[in-house]
Amino acid sequence: MSTPDVVICPGGPLLLRGEHVIADDDGTEHTTTRPVTAICRCGKSATKPWCDGTHKVIPEKNRP
Amino acid sequence: MPRTGAVLPKPRGPLSEALVAALVGTPAGSADVEVAAIDVRPGNPEDGALSLWMLYELSYRGYAEVDDRLEFDPELVRLRRRLEDDLERQLRARWPGRPAEAAESGFAEALFTMVEADDGPSLARFVQREATADQAIELLQCRSLYHLKESDPVALTLPRLPTASRAALAELQYDEYGGGRPEHLHAHLFAEGLATLGLETTEGSYVDQAPLEVLEQNNAMSLFGLNRRLRGASVGHLAAFEATSSLPCRKMSQGLERLGFPEAIRAYYDEHVEADAVHEQIAARMICEPLIEAEPEIEDDVWFGAWACLDLESRVARHLLERWGVVA
Repeated sequence: MSTPDVVICPGGPLLLRGEHVIADDDGTEHTTTRPVTAICRCGKSATKPWCDGTHKVIPEKNRP
Repeated sequence: MPRTGAVLPKPRGPLSEALVAALVGTPAGSADVEVAAIDVRPGNPEDGALSLWMLYELSYRGYAEVDDRLEFDPELVRLRRRLEDDLERQLRARWPGRPAEAAESGFAEALFTMVEADDGPSLARFVQREATADQAIELLQCRSLYHLKESDPVALTLPRLPTASRAALAELQYDEYGGGRPEHLHAHLFAEGLATLGLETTEGSYVDQAPLEVLEQNNAMSLFGLNRRLRGASVGHLAAFEATSSLPCRKMSQGLERLGFPEAIRAYYDEHVEADAVHEQIAARMICEPLIEAEPEIEDDVWFGAWACLDLESRVARHLLERWGVVA
């Protein structure tokens, strides 16, 4: 059994296991603080680069 | 030696009265003492639910006035079993069964679809837009029964899961329990928020105010967590709980900001916007799906637990909104 450290959730975020530094749209760097972090893929999160569940309220065709 | 633990609630009928008498009437430290038979039926639904809640508390933090050994007193275990069988029967009688789309799309997608289709009333939306400060405080008091032992019921399920699900639940709970930092433990964040509002932070402080619906909501989590046979329902409940958390927590935070509540209580909800956006994915995809794969015979229970989470929350919401004169 081998567990991926990066998981793409259909229609939702990208899950990242472990400690990482994420550069956002502006190049600002953010360090993960959780064992697993959800990274926004829909572009609509109010807490980018993190997912805040907003993908669930946008039209299905606009979800990643 | 001083004893820790909560204060016993006020009885709400003949059974909870008999139970309190039995709990405090058994001398501490006498190993051979057993509780005498309690042949009392609940006088009303709240009486039964409160009694079950009291019995479950013996398995969490106990009571200052009660001998810890009574957790496994034969008579109290028998009573607990009677009451939890009643609760489970009621829940199963209401459960409409596994959703049809579960067969086609797999658990995670079907769960998110079920949650999206859930049209139960939303307390978070009410707090966001129009709750008064008193109503928001009352809601926080009701929530404190669970939030002060957040994630504890499903922690009891951990050793009962197969390999992949067990690893994933441990990973999720490491985050719930603060990632090794007590100051980040979610239940502690909630306690800090309550303290800044001048509210009690001891577990069970507000049980006397809790309506039947809140007691049942809490009892169901303990029922699923404490019974190994219901491990599927326990993680199903977790998945639905996490999947209905991020967006409502954003609304709660906005509502509490609107009311001018302190930062510490909003911080609890802000933390959950982000944390539960991760946890909902982990719970559905990495805990429930591998469990269903390893033990397909309990898939129905996973769905039963997920449904129970939505059902019990909508009953809490309907009760409070009706009492506040809001058309749900």
